[in-house]
Amino acid sequence: MYAYDEYDQAIVDQRVAQFRDQVRRRIAGELSEDEFRPLRLQNGLYLQLHAYMLRIAVPYGTLSSAQLRQLGHIARRYDRNYGHFTTRQNIQFNWIKLEEMPDLLADLARVQMHGIQTSGNCIRNITADQYAGAAADEIEDGRVYCEIMRQWSTFHPEFSFLPRKFKIALTGSPNDRAAVRVHDIGLRMHRDAAGEIGFEVMVGGGQGRTPMIAKTIREFLPKEHLLSYLEAILRVYNQFGRRDNLFKARIKILVHEIGVEKMRAAVEDEWQQIKDGPLVLPQATIDAIAAHFAPPDYRPQPADQPEVDLLRRGDAEFALWEKTNLFPHKVPGYAIVNASLKPEGLAPGDATAEQMEIVADLADRYSFSEVRVTHAQNLVLPHVAVKDLPEVWRRLREIGFATPNLGLITDIIACPGLDYCSLANARSIPVAQRLTHRFSDLARVHDIGELQIKISGCINACGHHHVGHIGILGVEKNGEEFYQITLGGSADQDASIGTILGPALSSNAVIDAVDNLIGTYLDIRQGGETFLRTVRRVGVAPFKERLYATA
Amino acid sequence: MPLLKNGKEVEDPWHLAVDGDTLPADGPVIVFLPRWKAEREALLRRNSGVGVRLKNTDKVAELADDLDRLGVVALEFPKFSDGRAYTQARLLRERYAYRGELRATGNVLPDQLLFMHRCGFDAFEATDSRVLRNWENVVGAFSLFYQPTGDGRATVTNLRHTRAASDNEGSR
Repeated sequence: MYAYDEYDQAIVDQRVAQFRDQVRRRIAGELSEDEFRPLRLQNGLYLQLHAYMLRIAVPYGTLSSAQLRQLGHIARRYDRNYGHFTTRQNIQFNWIKLEEMPDLLADLARVQMHGIQTSGNCIRNITADQYAGAAADEIEDGRVYCEIMRQWSTFHPEFSFLPRKFKIALTGSPNDRAAVRVHDIGLRMHRDAAGEIGFEVMVGGGQGRTPMIAKTIREFLPKEHLLSYLEAILRVYNQFGRRDNLFKARIKILVHEIGVEKMRAAVEDEWQQIKDGPLVLPQATIDAIAAHFAPPDYRPQPADQPEVDLLRRGDAEFALWEKTNLFPHKVPGYAIVNASLKPEGLAPGDATAEQMEIVADLADRYSFSEVRVTHAQNLVLPHVAVKDLPEVWRRLREIGFATPNLGLITDIIACPGLDYCSLANARSIPVAQRLTHRFSDLARVHDIGELQIKISGCINACGHHHVGHIGILGVEKNGEEFYQITLGGSADQDASIGTILGPALSSNAVIDAVDNLIGTYLDIRQGGETFLRTVRRVGVAPFKERLYATA
Repeated sequence: MPLLKNGKEVEDPWHLAVDGDTLPADGPVIVFLPRWKAEREALLRRNSGVGVRLKNTDKVAELADDLDRLGVVALEFPKFSDGRAYTQARLLRERYAYRGELRATGNVLPDQLLFMHRCGFDAFEATDSRVLRNWENVVGAFSLFYQPTGDGRATVTNLRHTRAASDNEGSR
C-alpha cells in the first residue's frame, strides 16, 4: 500500500503545526468561535450534540495494521475507547477535547493519517472498492488512481471553496462495490475496443434530499488525462454550480438543471484547453505510484486443505461464515475475509480499541499487514491464505466480528443519528439494534438472503437510505421520531433510488413493518430471487398493500 | 483600505469608481466591467492607468484582448466561502497570460491568502489588519504543493522526478 515519502509527510506535519497554532489562538481568545469554525472544520473537527467529533480520512478505505493500531490508541487515549467506521470508509471519534486535538493530530501524522478535507466544501476523501488489489473480478487496482487523485485534491487552491462538498468514488471492477453512481463523480475502470484500460466518467450522482443517479459524460477517458478531466469538471462546477441555496448547491443539481449534454459540452470545452498541460500523467508517474501497490509476497498454497475441509464439515457456524463473509481472491489459495462489525445488538460500524488492535494483529500475522474499511461499515482482511481461515475465524469470533451476516438483513448501514449528530431528526442506531434482535435467527437470516437495510437519521442521507433495498429515513413529527420506508434502492452497477412506500411509521411500528415486508417477500419470491429482484419484478404495490392493511 | 502587495503593506494609488460616479480628472482608476465595456476608448485615453474589477460571475474572457493595457484586475470574494474568483484568477494568469497586478477584494481572510497566492493573486485588499500582519506566517505555513497552478512553485511530482533523475545520475 501507499507509504508517504518525505514530501507527503512534510505536508501533513506542517498542517499539524498550523492547527496547533490555531487551537492555541482559539484557547487564548485571539480567535472567536466564528473565526475558528472553518479552521477546525478543515481538519475534520465538528461540534456535535455532546462533544467535538473528529473525522479521520482513510484514503480509499486502505489501512495498514500500524495505522489501525494507532486508531486503537486514539480511541483509548483521546476518546471513550471506541471509534465509528463510516459510510465513506472513514473513522469518527465522538468524544474529543479541543485542547487535545493538536497532540491527537500529531499522533495521527506519525502513521501518515489526518483529518484534512473530511469536512468543508472541498474534495473529500476519495472512496474505492474495499477489495481493490485483491478481488478476483477486478480489471485493475484502482487505488493507484485514487492515490494520484488524493495528492491532486489535497489543498487544491482553486477547489477548496466549492459551492458544496464534493465526493469522488472509483471502481476497478465491473461489479461496483463503491457506489460510484451516487457520487458527485463516479469513475469506472474498463477496457476500450483496443483493449486499453481507462475510465468511464459519471457525474452528478448523489443522495441527500434530492437523490440522483450519476450520468455518463465520457464513456472512455485514457489514464493520462484523468487529472485534467477532473480539473475541467471541478472548474465548470466551481464557476456555475449554484451558491444561492445550500440544498441546490451540489453538482447533481447543476447537471440536472442544464442537462447532461450541456454539462458535457462545458466540460469538454474546458478540458480541450488544459488536457495537454502540466496535469498530464506520464506513465512514469503512474508507475511510481503503482509501485506502492505492488502485490504482496503471496506464497504458493496447497490445492488441498484437509483441515479447513474438516472444520467446514464439522462446524456449521464456520461453514456459514465461510459462505457469506468471504469473497474470491485473485490469487489461488487466498481469500478476502470480511470482519462483520454488525453483531447483534451493537451500533453498526463501532469498534473498540481492543478490537482494532486484534484486527491489526490478525492483519500482521495473516494478511500482509493490510486492512480495509468498507462503505458498509465493516472491516476486511484482504489477503488471507485459505489454510489460515480457521484461525482467523476463531480470533474474529472471540471479538464478536465473525457474525455470518455479510450482505444479509442484519448487515445494516446506519448513520450516527440523533444519538450523536446535531443534524439528525431521529435516532438510527437503536433501530438497527432492534432489527438485529428481531432477525437474530441465523437460519432465517440466511433464508431471507441478500438484503441491504440502510438507515439515515435525517434527509442528508449519510446512512444511504435512498439506495437501500429497504431504506429507513428518520423524520420528526410533533417532537416524536417517525420512520419513512423506501423499497428497491440499490447502489451497485444497476443503481436505483428507492420508492417511498407510504406514510411514515412510529418508532414502535418500524421493526414490525420490516418483518411485514419480509413476510410479503418470502410469500411472493420466485425461485432463488433476491428481495431486490422481487421488488423490481412486482413493484412496491404488494408490499405497500400488506404493510398498510395491517398498520 | 490597507493593501498588501508582494507581501508588503503599500499605499493604494488606485481609485475605485463605482458605476455612475464621475471619474476623477486624473490618477489611476479601477472601473467595473460594464463601464469598461461602455467607455473603453475614453478610459484608455487617460494616461494615468486603468484597471477593471470583475464580479465573480463575469467572464474573464471579456478582458482577454485588453489585458496588456490594464494595470490592475480586481476580483471579488463576497464571502470567503465563495470560491469562484480562484478560478477566474487562474484563467487570467494561466490561460490569458495576464502579468499585471491581480487583486483580491472582499472577505479576504488570513487563512485564504496562500490559496489565493497559489492561484495568481499578488495584491490583497484587506478589511482585517491581521491579513497584513500574517503574510509571512500564512504563506510560509506550507512549503510543498501537489498541484501545478502556474505560480512558479515546484510541485511534489516535479521534486520527485528531479530526485529520481539525480539518483539515476548518481548510480551511473
